[in-house]
Amino acid sequence: MHDTVKVLIYILIAVAVTNGIRILPITLIRKPIKNKFIQSFLYYVPYVTLAVMTFPAIMEATQSPIAGLGALLLGIVAAYFGLGLFPVSIICCVAVFIIELFV
Amino acid sequence: MSNTKDKGAFLKGMRDGLPIGLGYFAVSFSLGIIAKKGGLTPVMGFLSSLFVRASAGEYAIYTLIAAMGTYWEAVVISVIANARYLLMNAALSQKFDPKTGIIKRLLVGVCCTDEIFGISIAWPGYLKPSYTFGATFVAGPMWALGTALGIVAGGALPTRAVSALSVALYGMFLAIIVPPSKKDKAVAVAVIASFTLSYIFSIAPVVKEISSGTRTIILTIIIAAAAALIKPHTTSENGGGADA
Repeated sequence: MHDTVKVLIYILIAVAVTNGIRILPITLIRKPIKNKFIQSFLYYVPYVTLAVMTFPAIMEATQSPIAGLGALLLGIVAAYFGLGLFPVSIICCVAVFIIELFV
Repeated sequence: MSNTKDKGAFLKGMRDGLPIGLGYFAVSFSLGIIAKKGGLTPVMGFLSSLFVRASAGEYAIYTLIAAMGTYWEAVVISVIANARYLLMNAALSQKFDPKTGIIKRLLVGVCCTDEIFGISIAWPGYLKPSYTFGATFVAGPMWALGTALGIVAGGALPTRAVSALSVALYGMFLAIIVPPSKKDKAVAVAVIASFTLSYIFSIAPVVKEISSGTRTIILTIIIAAAAALIKPHTTSENGGGADA
């Protein structure tokens, strides 16, 4: 019982801190930013942050790094030719499944 | 009129939330296995995942629980593992129609995960909050369910299936970053630089000891700042951030 309470406290801390971090910038920044540097910086943030999180993590997520690399390359090609979120995801998953049959 | 439009955005959000949810499922399932070591019941796993919705953050906290770390450590690790949301939501704050109310803004902020952020920032023009809500409405419960099932069923899912499912998230990231790279060469260069530096940071001595969450923050700040200095970009009038 005592342990359950302890675990619940940990969880409450995670919920409070994580969501607090999420709403902090939204509470502080409510107007369009005029500063050209910050505007440009925030324009690049999403692409840079997603790219950093994708590679090399995609090679560490799969059983075999080669399968992850294959998924990366096929995903880039599929997205380049204009396929949407779901088709690109499926292509990556299938690529890993097939490549891992052979490696 | 705006009601039907909002409904359309919500439905579109639900549709885009589905692949996110599928990818989540694989990740949160493996998270459940770790949560079990910390003594979480399936219900506790479900609720904590539903309200936290942060892979790195939850991984850190479940590991800490298993090791019975201090509450203070729980606070610090939650801040570090989730600090990237400060940057993401600063970018999202610029995606709102100036008329969007504070409650909706805060709710969008709470919905923000790496993936939900990715699709929200890719919404053309001003963000429709109902799009973000629709995606979270589908993906959030799948994330929570995956954790709960991971606690219950442990290693029942074949490794091969987990391996394939685990790249779904990255596929989505690619679908978000590739099209703008095609249109704006500066974005393409920034993306290539991100891949390269991220790889170097994962293998080079000393810097490879940095956790992946912290690496994301450091590299995002350095690369986005460099790009902003070298190739400034002013957003169009109708919608900030990454307008499509």
